Amino acid sequence: MTTNPDNQQQSFFLNMGPQHPSTHGVLRVLLEMDGEYVRDAEPVIGYGHRMQEKLGESRTWKGFMPYSARLDYVGALPCSHGFIGLIERMTGIEAPPRAEYIRVITSELNRIASHLLWLGAFLLDLGAFTPIMYTFDDREQVLDILEDVTGSRLTYCYFRVGGVSRDIDEPFVEKTRAFIQRLRSRFKLYDDLVTGNIIFIKRVQDIVQFTPDMAMRYGVTGPILRSTGIRYDIRKNEPYSVYPEFDFEIPVGETGDCLEVYRVRLREMEQSLRIIEQALDRLPQGPVLAKTPRQLKLPQGDASFAVETARGELSYYLISDGGETPYRLKIRTPSFSNLSPLSELCRNVLLSDLVMVLGTLDLVIPEIDR
Amino acid sequence: MGTTILLPPELLRMVFTAVVVIALVFLNSLILGYVERKLAGRFQLRPGPMEVGPHGILQLMADAVKLLGKQFIIPQAANSPLFRLAPLLAFVPVGASFIVVPLSQKLQVRDLDVGLVFIVAVMALNMVATLIAGWASNNKYSLFGAMRSVAQSVAYEIPLLLSLVAVVLMTHTFNMQEIVLSQDNIWHVVQQPVAFLIYFIAGMAETHRAPFDLPEAESELTAGFHTEFSGIRFSFFFLAEYTNMFFVGSIAVVLFLGGWHGPQLPFMDYSAAVWFLLKVYSLLLVMIWVRWTFPRVRFDQLLNFCWKYLTPIALVNLLVTAVVVKL
Repeated sequence: MTTNPDNQQQSFFLNMGPQHPSTHGVLRVLLEMDGEYVRDAEPVIGYGHRMQEKLGESRTWKGFMPYSARLDYVGALPCSHGFIGLIERMTGIEAPPRAEYIRVITSELNRIASHLLWLGAFLLDLGAFTPIMYTFDDREQVLDILEDVTGSRLTYCYFRVGGVSRDIDEPFVEKTRAFIQRLRSRFKLYDDLVTGNIIFIKRVQDIVQFTPDMAMRYGVTGPILRSTGIRYDIRKNEPYSVYPEFDFEIPVGETGDCLEVYRVRLREMEQSLRIIEQALDRLPQGPVLAKTPRQLKLPQGDASFAVETARGELSYYLISDGGETPYRLKIRTPSFSNLSPLSELCRNVLLSDLVMVLGTLDLVIPEIDR
Repeated sequence: MGTTILLPPELLRMVFTAVVVIALVFLNSLILGYVERKLAGRFQLRPGPMEVGPHGILQLMADAVKLLGKQFIIPQAANSPLFRLAPLLAFVPVGASFIVVPLSQKLQVRDLDVGLVFIVAVMALNMVATLIAGWASNNKYSLFGAMRSVAQSVAYEIPLLLSLVAVVLMTHTFNMQEIVLSQDNIWHVVQQPVAFLIYFIAGMAETHRAPFDLPEAESELTAGFHTEFSGIRFSFFFLAEYTNMFFVGSIAVVLFLGGWHGPQLPFMDYSAAVWFLLKVYSLLLVMIWVRWTFPRVRFDQLLNFCWKYLTPIALVNLLVTAVVVKL
């Protein structure tokens, strides 16, 4: 224990993590505590560092393809979408329309799966044990659907340069439509169980405040940024794939507290359902994989590509010197930036609030550490 | 020879009682543990324990055997004597509390005149055990848990006792059996609905059940005050928790829900225990239901709720009761 001579108050340090049930992985938060109050919270990262960027530089882009799904394993498809998009942009290859539609459908399904996992885990952080089982029940449906078409449940390697590896079939479409119906009816259940609960509201409302200014200073993106009222979504602001062809809204909040983030995420799931529905209705026929040269080398130069994952903006920046492997691969991940304001946010809040805020940030630790 | 020797029948009675009480403590924990896990399973769209025995009814036994076989680890920095003492201190009072629980008119170990005071006092000892456990572990999370536990218990004991006193004012007795008998015609819950509600909420907080499970708030404090405990000593805390739940339910049933009163059965003096247990377990079922439904409240909200709402309401209720009884 250390004594602060100024006000005779004692504060002490508490290590939350790297093994702690609420840090969702190997994140460590160094807390300066005064009783139950958090005076300062400093995230210590790097426990899950796997040299993803260096891996990208030490092997060909083909060799890195599966790694891109290991960044954010909760919503892996948008991550690989970004990397594939980058390679396609550099080499000038275009995927056939059907492939782009499939990419959007699967990516949005994956986004829903990610948000469902977040919803359950967030409530678990608040001490409600049961909702996670319900959200997992729904999430399993998504994973089953994705497993049928991609062959894996969590870390997909489904997108290829010039398309996707397998075409979707009629059962896939039927199952997806059934899932859309199912999830729409489940939203009411979640509202009844959670949103109206007085304990829940008291726990999350007005505890900490995300402001537009803070969000921009730290580069916060995704639902947290949108909860402060800024309408920024890569799918609309810097459209990629076939997103411009769909009619959907970007939900934004007003107050920027954790309840608002929660609401924005729930509404995002509804919008994702809308996108999937439209994509299924208009699904074009044709091949799903463009003809690509067997040996595809990256031309000299650099390029970047950004996608909207479930957590925010994920972008790749690649410099190629024309050789076998990229000269430099830089990955900008949303969780890293979203974690950054923690110290500023969590001053003089209770330990329980800190756990709640960590839950709100929806962190995927390997994505922070890379 | 100058020394007093206990009369054999009395000695026999004591030994018999001790055995029965210990057996009941374990049996209750087995039943409650199993019911809780099964119900939690149902609430969570899963079957719960299924593997050991038909529908997993032997699961808790298997768990107990596993815990018995586990190594008991004492952290190097822990205060060893206190660390060893804490689980026992949690466990022993709950056995003592059984003495005054009137399962039926005849099935009661001792019909103490101060039965209610005795059971409440002995149950409060549990708090000391928690404090010692948290302190002796020499772990910051455990200490947090212990501090929360004490603050919570001190706060919630007040509305809890006030709500009980309201009933005592009506019955003019602390004797458990007489309180039950006074509800021959009408249960006190009808006359004292507010007191019952306050008691039930405070009781949930007293036993540290969710949404008031702050001392062992898993997502914040890992496992709270028993983080460092393993093996059989951990299971002592577990047993104490479930047995305390049983007592909270028992007091509620005795004071508000007519005790062992119920439709006539053969050998009513003994068999009325069925009604008593049925009522207790129904109440506990509600507690389990609440636990698996609601998120956890925050610590300051918990205390605010107690001091700002429960305690004043309990006081007003007590005042009204006093006036009505006087009239």
